[in-house]
Amino acid sequence: MKSDIIQGVKAAFITMAVCCVLYTGAVYAVGFLAKEKAEGSLIYKDGRVVGSRLIAQNFKGERYFHPRPSAVDYNAAGAGGSNLSPYSKEIRERAEKIIAENGSGLPADMVTASGSGLDPHISLDSAVFQAERVAKARNTDKNRIIAVIDEHTDSYLKIVNVLELNMALDRVE
Amino acid sequence: MVFVTLIIGISAVLSWFLGRYMTYIMDSSEQGTWQSYLKQFAVFNVIMFAVSFAVLAFQQYLPLNPDGKGALTADLIFNTAASFTTNTNLQHYSGEVSMSYFSQLFALMWLQFVSAATGIAVLTAIARGLGGKGFGNFYKDMMRATFYILLPVSFVVAVLLIFTGVPMTFGGTVEAHTIEGALQNIARGPAAAFIAIKQLGSNGGGFFGPNSAHPFENPNFWSNAVETMSIIIIPMSCVWMFGRLTGKMRHAAVIFGVMLLLLVMKLSFAAYFESAPAGALAGLDVQTSSNLEGKELRFGTSAAPLWAVVTTSTSNGSVNNMHDSLNPLTGLVPLTGMWLNETFGGVGVGMINMLIYILTGVFICGMMVGRTPEYLGRKVETQEMKLVLLALLVHPLCILGGTALFTIMPWGAETVHNTGAHGFTEILYEFTSSSANNGSGFEGLGDNTPAWNIATGIVMLVSRYVPIVLPLMAAGSLAAKRISPDTSGTLHTDTVLFGAVILGSIIFIGALLFMPVAVLGPVSEYMAGALK
Amino acid sequence: MTKTERREARSSAIFNKQAVTYAAAQSFRMLSPRVMIKNPVMFVTEMGAVLSTISLFAVSADAYAVSVTLILWLTVVFANFAEALAEAKGKAGADSLKQVRRDTVCTRLTDGGSEKVGSSELKVGDRVLVCAGDIIPCDGEVDKGIASVDESAITGESAPVIRESGGDRSGVTAGTKVLTGDIEVIVTAGAGESFLDRMIALVEGAVRQKTPNELALTVTLAGLTLAFLLVTTALLPIGRYFGAELSIPTLTALLVCLIPTTISALLPAIGIAGMNRALAANILAKSGKAVELAGDIDTILLDKTGTITVGNRQAVQFVPVSGVTEAQLTETAMKASFGDMTPEGKSIVALAEQLSGSTAETPADAAVISFSAHTRLSGVDTNGHRLRKGAYDAVTAFVQQNGGRIPADLKEITDRIASAGCTPIVVAENDRILGVISLSDVLKAGIQSRFARLRAMGLRIIMVTGDNPLTAKSIAGEAGVDGFVAEAKPEDKLNYIRKEQKGGRLIAMIGDGTNDAPALAQADIGVAMNSGTQAAKEAGNMVDLDNNPTKLIEVIEIGKQLLMTRGALTTFSVSNDVAKYFAIIPAMFILAMPHLAGLNIMNLASPESAVLSALIFNAVVIPALIPLAIKGVRFRAMGADALLKRNLLIYGFGGVVLPFAGIKVIDMILSATGMF
Repeated sequence: MKSDIIQGVKAAFITMAVCCVLYTGAVYAVGFLAKEKAEGSLIYKDGRVVGSRLIAQNFKGERYFHPRPSAVDYNAAGAGGSNLSPYSKEIRERAEKIIAENGSGLPADMVTASGSGLDPHISLDSAVFQAERVAKARNTDKNRIIAVIDEHTDSYLKIVNVLELNMALDRVE
Repeated sequence: MVFVTLIIGISAVLSWFLGRYMTYIMDSSEQGTWQSYLKQFAVFNVIMFAVSFAVLAFQQYLPLNPDGKGALTADLIFNTAASFTTNTNLQHYSGEVSMSYFSQLFALMWLQFVSAATGIAVLTAIARGLGGKGFGNFYKDMMRATFYILLPVSFVVAVLLIFTGVPMTFGGTVEAHTIEGALQNIARGPAAAFIAIKQLGSNGGGFFGPNSAHPFENPNFWSNAVETMSIIIIPMSCVWMFGRLTGKMRHAAVIFGVMLLLLVMKLSFAAYFESAPAGALAGLDVQTSSNLEGKELRFGTSAAPLWAVVTTSTSNGSVNNMHDSLNPLTGLVPLTGMWLNETFGGVGVGMINMLIYILTGVFICGMMVGRTPEYLGRKVETQEMKLVLLALLVHPLCILGGTALFTIMPWGAETVHNTGAHGFTEILYEFTSSSANNGSGFEGLGDNTPAWNIATGIVMLVSRYVPIVLPLMAAGSLAAKRISPDTSGTLHTDTVLFGAVILGSIIFIGALLFMPVAVLGPVSEYMAGALK
Repeated sequence: MTKTERREARSSAIFNKQAVTYAAAQSFRMLSPRVMIKNPVMFVTEMGAVLSTISLFAVSADAYAVSVTLILWLTVVFANFAEALAEAKGKAGADSLKQVRRDTVCTRLTDGGSEKVGSSELKVGDRVLVCAGDIIPCDGEVDKGIASVDESAITGESAPVIRESGGDRSGVTAGTKVLTGDIEVIVTAGAGESFLDRMIALVEGAVRQKTPNELALTVTLAGLTLAFLLVTTALLPIGRYFGAELSIPTLTALLVCLIPTTISALLPAIGIAGMNRALAANILAKSGKAVELAGDIDTILLDKTGTITVGNRQAVQFVPVSGVTEAQLTETAMKASFGDMTPEGKSIVALAEQLSGSTAETPADAAVISFSAHTRLSGVDTNGHRLRKGAYDAVTAFVQQNGGRIPADLKEITDRIASAGCTPIVVAENDRILGVISLSDVLKAGIQSRFARLRAMGLRIIMVTGDNPLTAKSIAGEAGVDGFVAEAKPEDKLNYIRKEQKGGRLIAMIGDGTNDAPALAQADIGVAMNSGTQAAKEAGNMVDLDNNPTKLIEVIEIGKQLLMTRGALTTFSVSNDVAKYFAIIPAMFILAMPHLAGLNIMNLASPESAVLSALIFNAVVIPALIPLAIKGVRFRAMGADALLKRNLLIYGFGGVVLPFAGIKVIDMILSATGMF
């Protein structure tokens, strides 16, 4: 029994050293080959972090495309979904409110909260739907907006990264 | 559907080779009885629990804590230590909120390696015993599995994940000044290393709260594909390893086929049910689409049901969408996966669970050929059936007993996030997931309470160790018997018919035990919703 | 006989009035919990019935609750009835045996005299004198004398058998009757321990223990019951969460429907019936375990003579060596066989007479040389001629001893005869070999098809013979056995069994002689013939009262049928649960959750009638399946996989479908009464 315990403590020590220190260190080292990604795909503007390409942030203004609803208010240090039953009243009420604000015929992703609350994408349909509002707010032609959307659309999944799209819009202006 | 077929198909093909490699690594001629193996197994698991408990309890004094995470409550520490020691990875905390990097790496990730290696080790011992060799030495098996199987494969996956955009940094939370002038705190961390083993070892505990739905854990379509395959590949390989170690490859192929068939059935149901829009949107002026509540857009439409099925089939428990928000009948599919818990199952333990079903099926159907039932040429008698049935009983006891208790007690009923049938399903799911050592959750449940932490902690421990120890004992008892030769009068374990027998046993046992709660939870919610 | 008449004849055999009366009374007597606890599943059922009865007084006693309670009790009674009925059948057999076992007065021989004592006073080692007309008072061995004995009381066979001292026909059984001759018998079993006593005890079930497989199945069923107990108990609080108050009778009904009552009720009956079937085939198994084990046998060792071939070999041809005429050989062979009273010897004389057309007289001075194991020759010495016949090596040795030489073509002739499956007997006169007699073995009628049946079940048949390998091989091929042990000595059997057992095989053999005893003891199933020695009977684990060597086949079939019946009824029992769930679950919750109405796929009339219908079906199925349990599921000689497929289809698939129909029909009847 005693030798079993000694053996066990030894095994624990060795596995911990290898799995936690060596393995993590090795993966960390590889991370330097893709430093930008390993650090969280951060986007800098004027030397300041404006966000992560992978993390949704709350755009409220009319001039910007809005991300999907977030159950955690885009809190990137405490992410989460709504965890509501798809039959729940809350989902319906939220959807009715968004429809009241945006009009009818909305794409479904605009009225449903994402799993992480940080989904950085909206569907192409959603982007096109919002294009009119953004064009109006920016006093520009809707087709110009659509052109920018097209540039930032993932053609296979038909989705658009909101932060990149909004930054591109600002650049175009 | 193409995506689903490719993911499953590629995994199945790769598993053949990995199974071969695993056999090469794990096969040994070390002697040893099942008793000595069991003792070493028990000692090491106690050490695992103790070490992780200590690290979590003192995390505020330990290094690698750039964000200054504070102390955890005792019940949460118990629950988390039990959860990771048992390879469950049920999380009643949110990683980026509560855990220091040291806790994540030295308590949790360490357990993700060694608890997975434990599963592989015990399966190896059982297979060796049934194959007529010695049971071997637990420590040697566990180290072999860690160093030569889990570690190299994890490294490859971790590197792939970094290149898809998973962070690997000790930089701590970064403060972003958004374009609109607001502030956003973005939690980061050494996620890539953690996630690789989380997926491969059927652990499932996420670095961040929303698990693999979080963009940092799963940044795009490709990371999602890699992670999905990582969930299933070692459990698949374990079946081949079992076949090679016992010298019954055709038998292993039949088992593999049955598991695959069940998986495909579940996938078809889930994909079909989830293609309907969320019920709450019925009648609203919204474009029709599949249910998008709780889903991320970047994985594509079939990725969520695929992941939900695969992760609950393998006792992994990571999620890339919120199961609480799955359509009711889709939600039934993950539940079913965890009730059965052996459509490939957890690394090592999935195949062990399958043995429980096989022995039950063999016993009842084996008599119908007019012989004392035999498995791999060895008679299945009272001793084995006692052990097998006890192991089989643990699962319904933990799930139904726990659910029954928490539905009438305020500490259960008041923590649910939804009302009626869905609230019931949240409780049912939590106990199912704990008992299946899965770890996924209907996350709406307010489960970080002393009652939940203690109850699920106990459930995880009981339902991890009983179904490992008892089959090991049964294998020990079987291994001591003489092997009768294979004739046309014996039940063949390598035929389609035998596959049908185990498939039937699994479906029957699962259905008979869990049909009432399935009806009261998901089915009832669906029928009530459909009536509206 | 029409089909219905035949069916009636069959069922009346099971449900005859006497047995039913006994069983009906017994089934109430067995309600005592102390008896019920032996069957965990039925014990739980009984406890459910008790609980339900209490709730009648404590909670409410409407027509529904009363009906449920009544049916619960009925379920328990039905289960007891099944067991008691099977016992009754055994009892009937035991009673007729008891007639035989009456106390008789017998003559015990003492030092220098004799005394009259009651048979119950006999002790092992006593010596008794039994004269013509007496009933043999004890089990024993004939020590002196020879007698013809009527054993019909035990075997049912009316032809008398010969019992004599020495050799392999020395065993006598208590209760049998000496017809002619006086014998002295040494008692081998004291009063109350005789063969007959053990047989009666066995039949009455007094010594019935659960067999290994029965025990394992009981454990399994108890485990399933525990699981369903969990399922139903959990529903009480869960129901409350949904606002459904579930009544005790309803919950108990669900529990009893789910737990495997069908197989548990019939399990004791299946076991008893298996023993009864063995007895009906005139096989006395020393334990139920032996019958069960018979199903697992995968190799059978059979003696050639008397089992595979008709006991007597017949002379069919005389083949002279070159330089000898057939007539010369025929005459010498005939002369050499004078005085040989074995069937072989007689057949040689008969054939010779037929060929030469004359009958020969035994020469007056002829001295008959009998066969001895030492010389392995037999023959006649007459007038200075020494005529001999025997096996090749024995005769050639004899001739060479006398200075003769071996004809060049002798070897070729004997091999040719042996290869054809006949036994070559070489004939010699002094130093000269004349030729060879060909003795042919005749296979028993239909033996090939019986072996084909066995092989279809995956059994290997090994023939044991004293013949030379060539003859053995030929006969083995003709009979269709899988292997043979040629030129076998008694210890070869034992060695062969040990060797096979090392390879994991389970071996059955049949034997009668004292020589066979070690092998009978070593074999997993050793069937001793009742005519055999006491040693053989003690060594084996079964005794065949008919002395029929092919009885092994029946033993194996009975064993297999026993296990198949258990497996089939277990599968059926578990399969039934699906329909019961569909009947009861919606019924339980429909009041609190009306939207579940869609699950009532059988469209049952009301929640009450749904629960009752399922419960009634569950109860009624028990007596309905008693005939199947007692007769066993139909056995067919086929491979394991084919059997499994067939049984799965009938009892698995049928078990799922049948209750849907059954419950629906009962529901229609119930709702027609207007009560539910």
